[in-house]
Amino acid sequence: MILIIAIGIALMLIGFWGALIRKNMIRMVLSIGIAETGLQLLMIGVGYLKGRTAPILDSAVPFSQALQRVVDPVPQALVLTAIVIGVAVNALMLTFIIRLYEKKKTLTISDYRDLKW
Amino acid sequence: MIKRAIALFLVLFFGYVFTTLLLNWHPWTELIGVARYYVSHELTELGATNLVTAIVVTYRGLDTLGEVTVLFLAATGVSVLLRRTTITLPSPGPKRQSSEILHTATRLLTPFIVMFGAYIFINGHLTPGGGFQGGAVIASAVLLLFLTNPHQALNHRILKTIESLSGATYVLVGILGLFLAGGFLDNRILPLGEPGRILSAGAIPIIYTCIGLKVGTELANILENLRGPATSPVLEENEGRAQ
Repeated sequence: MILIIAIGIALMLIGFWGALIRKNMIRMVLSIGIAETGLQLLMIGVGYLKGRTAPILDSAVPFSQALQRVVDPVPQALVLTAIVIGVAVNALMLTFIIRLYEKKKTLTISDYRDLKW
Repeated sequence: MIKRAIALFLVLFFGYVFTTLLLNWHPWTELIGVARYYVSHELTELGATNLVTAIVVTYRGLDTLGEVTVLFLAATGVSVLLRRTTITLPSPGPKRQSSEILHTATRLLTPFIVMFGAYIFINGHLTPGGGFQGGAVIASAVLLLFLTNPHQALNHRILKTIESLSGATYVLVGILGLFLAGGFLDNRILPLGEPGRILSAGAIPIIYTCIGLKVGTELANILENLRGPATSPVLEENEGRAQ
């Protein structure tokens, strides 16, 4: 699981780097999406307990043995929330980009100086 | 150049922080704290065999209501911002109609994809899956329709009705919990039933069905708005009638 967490951290750093360096707004949104994915991997990795299985009770994992057999379900519930919010935020960011492009016909972030002081 | 240096410094700083955290991290070998409580009490308290669903819908139900609200606000924001776009991309010449095979396959597959989405959210308390996943599958059916025919019109009145009805039912079930059970969004307003049955776990299947329908229609709405304005004259006439 250390490996999964390390991959998650690497993805987050790649995402941060892209969001800070790229000038094209669509690439910035993609970078933020990559960073989100990294965070989700990180959280799932932290909730994993070695040698255990998914937190779903059935004949293979009876309720009486659940405490010894399942991984932590709380980070999984949080990641479910994070994925949905991520989709919503990405859709909204892309919408802003469409409106901005309509106004100035450019996707380069440094062409928008109206709010810069 | 200086911007690049600052960015590099920031990323290296975050990398250092995360690496230190990772190197000093000792994985748990036992469930502790709130997770331990959830795993050891969930089945007798709520009756859902999928622990993640029990946490998302009941133990952390208020978070999920907020999450649905965020998704709703995002969908509303997308449609408000894209309502009157006049964007005209340079056309790369006349486009070919998609082939008969694609049309027929789409018509054949769409009902089954929607049915699979419904299966996922109805069984959310028993198997991996749930409202958000089922809703996303239903939205993928809409995406397939758009890919086959970019001028496909959706019936807005039906979408709006499903969306608002399911949202209202979700809140109503939550409020019923205040009066009939332990608190807001408590699932014990209905009998818990036998764990593993489709009609078990109290109100969880109802809530997840509402979430599934709501998420499906909202994502379909986002997809339709991001597709851009419909250009076919026949379609505009249809839309005018629907409104």
